[in-house]
Amino acid sequence: MREALEGSLAIARAVALTKPDVVAAYPITPQTHIVENISKLVADGDMHTEFVSVESEFSAASVVLGAAAAGARAYTASASQGILLMSEVMFNIAGLRVPLVMTIANRAVGGPLSIWNDQSDSMAVRDSGWIQIHCISNQEAVDTTIQAFRIAQETDLPVAVCMDGFVLTHTMEVIDMPSQEEVDAFLPPFEFAGALDTANPRSMGTLVDPNYFAEVRHSHHAAMGKALAKIEEIDAAYAEVTGRASGGLLTVDGPKKAKVGIIAMGSVVGTMMAGREHYGGEVGEARIVKLRSYRPFPAKALRAAVKGLDKVIVIDRAISPGMGGVLGTEVSAVLSTLDKAPKVYNYALGLGGRDIPETMYRDLLTTIEAKDAPRFAVFDADLEKLPPEDR
Amino acid sequence: MPAVRRVTRRVGLPCVGRMQPEKKTMIEYRIHGRGGQGSVAAAYLLAAAAFEAGFTCQAFPAFGAERRGAPVMAFVRIDEKPITLRSQVRNPDFLIVQDETLLLDPTLTNGLKPGGAMLVNSRKTSDEIAEKFDTRVVAFPATDLAVKIIGKPIPNTALLAAFLALTEHVPQDALAGALRGRFHGATLENNLTLIAEAAGAVEAGAWKETADA
Repeated sequence: MREALEGSLAIARAVALTKPDVVAAYPITPQTHIVENISKLVADGDMHTEFVSVESEFSAASVVLGAAAAGARAYTASASQGILLMSEVMFNIAGLRVPLVMTIANRAVGGPLSIWNDQSDSMAVRDSGWIQIHCISNQEAVDTTIQAFRIAQETDLPVAVCMDGFVLTHTMEVIDMPSQEEVDAFLPPFEFAGALDTANPRSMGTLVDPNYFAEVRHSHHAAMGKALAKIEEIDAAYAEVTGRASGGLLTVDGPKKAKVGIIAMGSVVGTMMAGREHYGGEVGEARIVKLRSYRPFPAKALRAAVKGLDKVIVIDRAISPGMGGVLGTEVSAVLSTLDKAPKVYNYALGLGGRDIPETMYRDLLTTIEAKDAPRFAVFDADLEKLPPEDR
Repeated sequence: MPAVRRVTRRVGLPCVGRMQPEKKTMIEYRIHGRGGQGSVAAAYLLAAAAFEAGFTCQAFPAFGAERRGAPVMAFVRIDEKPITLRSQVRNPDFLIVQDETLLLDPTLTNGLKPGGAMLVNSRKTSDEIAEKFDTRVVAFPATDLAVKIIGKPIPNTALLAAFLALTEHVPQDALAGALRGRFHGATLENNLTLIAEAAGAVEAGAWKETADA
């Protein structure tokens, strides 16, 4: 049913529709409303879940690890410093191949302290071995959250659903909430073949010596590769039930003859689409590639998506100081195998909650027209604010 | 700030650079208030009312220092089409100002479209305020009315009702519907009384034809 809902409330209700056995979370801005709303649903008797109030994100992650290992459908949510505090457990969850779901309400990582949105937190745990899926709207966040539970249990991998903090979590918009019947038809009860079982005792997370560690990593990497097809399949299966897909691994939108492309993740994709509508006539209509699955990285689909382009602008909502944009670097890497690879212009923008206006579309396209356009920049940094030696 | 012009169209910027510009249907609002006055709730209510009336909507706050009394802003967009833009509202069609001390902020009307208008919660007359601004102004003592009817100095619902009476963007019963989705019991009843009174206290449809062009 279509409703006007705040993103966080919609996510709480989406989680409730998946009937998790255990939820453990510690509140942190801008994820707080998700946890508050789940807590309220449980307290009001509208959600039958073991809600574990914990004293830190480390414990939240540990509780859901233990719960899922015991065969329970488990969910948590966090952001920013909370993700960093979870990070040790996140590597364990993924490395032990425990399927569970987390929402990352994307926020900058300190210092300096910032409560506002960028994607530094999910990028910081990029290599933890979790699936990471990005959402451009609250509709996608709701649909992807429900899909994530099925992806997790069909891949034995944990799934992080990334949604921009504030920009999505605190935005009220029209969301078509699936019914309980639809979610029940789509999502089978939780099953985890590797779950601990007292009738058949075994250990999980034991010491792995050099004879086997490489094999563990190899199979994890291979499982991520296989997850690519699962993410697409499950999005299609969800569409069969609800009539809505969220875009598989990535979606390509815009003219086939476009010579310039924009590749981005998260809510900035919507702003770029609005920018194209307004400024497309002035600066040209770019092909916009909405990257949904960040881990696993859809290299093959991305190579196909840029076919015919001369230039691509890769928007990063995070930075790896000393290197540049993380997404931009990875896009450059996967496109390097093409015979006619487009030139990659990688711009970090919207860091620490800097507002991204729709004029950004025009400014990006205008910038790369110049012969000496920088291949990487913190695009919206105002260098006048810095002492000359830092510019 | 450009001079106020007579209005010709209901809303919207012409699309830039298109051979055949699509009619722009989006209306953008910016709400200014102080922490505790319910600016974010007002934004959500306005969006929910627009949804009740069949529009798509988007409402969100500009988060800053989260404390009572601090200046806060919230944004609303309504449209007939899906809204993909996520930036803060830089060029609002309308401003709603919940606290008259914010009139001293020189950036208050930044980006307000020519032909836009500003509703201010104040005991002053509209003319008194309008002489300092280059836009249409209606002043309305929403806090006084709220104290009288709900017993609390929270002006948001009264201002929304007055605002919707002026603009007629969304019918009053849609606002009542949005209130029913958020409040219950005496709070709901009092607010329904409050919005009915507030809506009748301003010139209906005075801002119906707005503009920028």
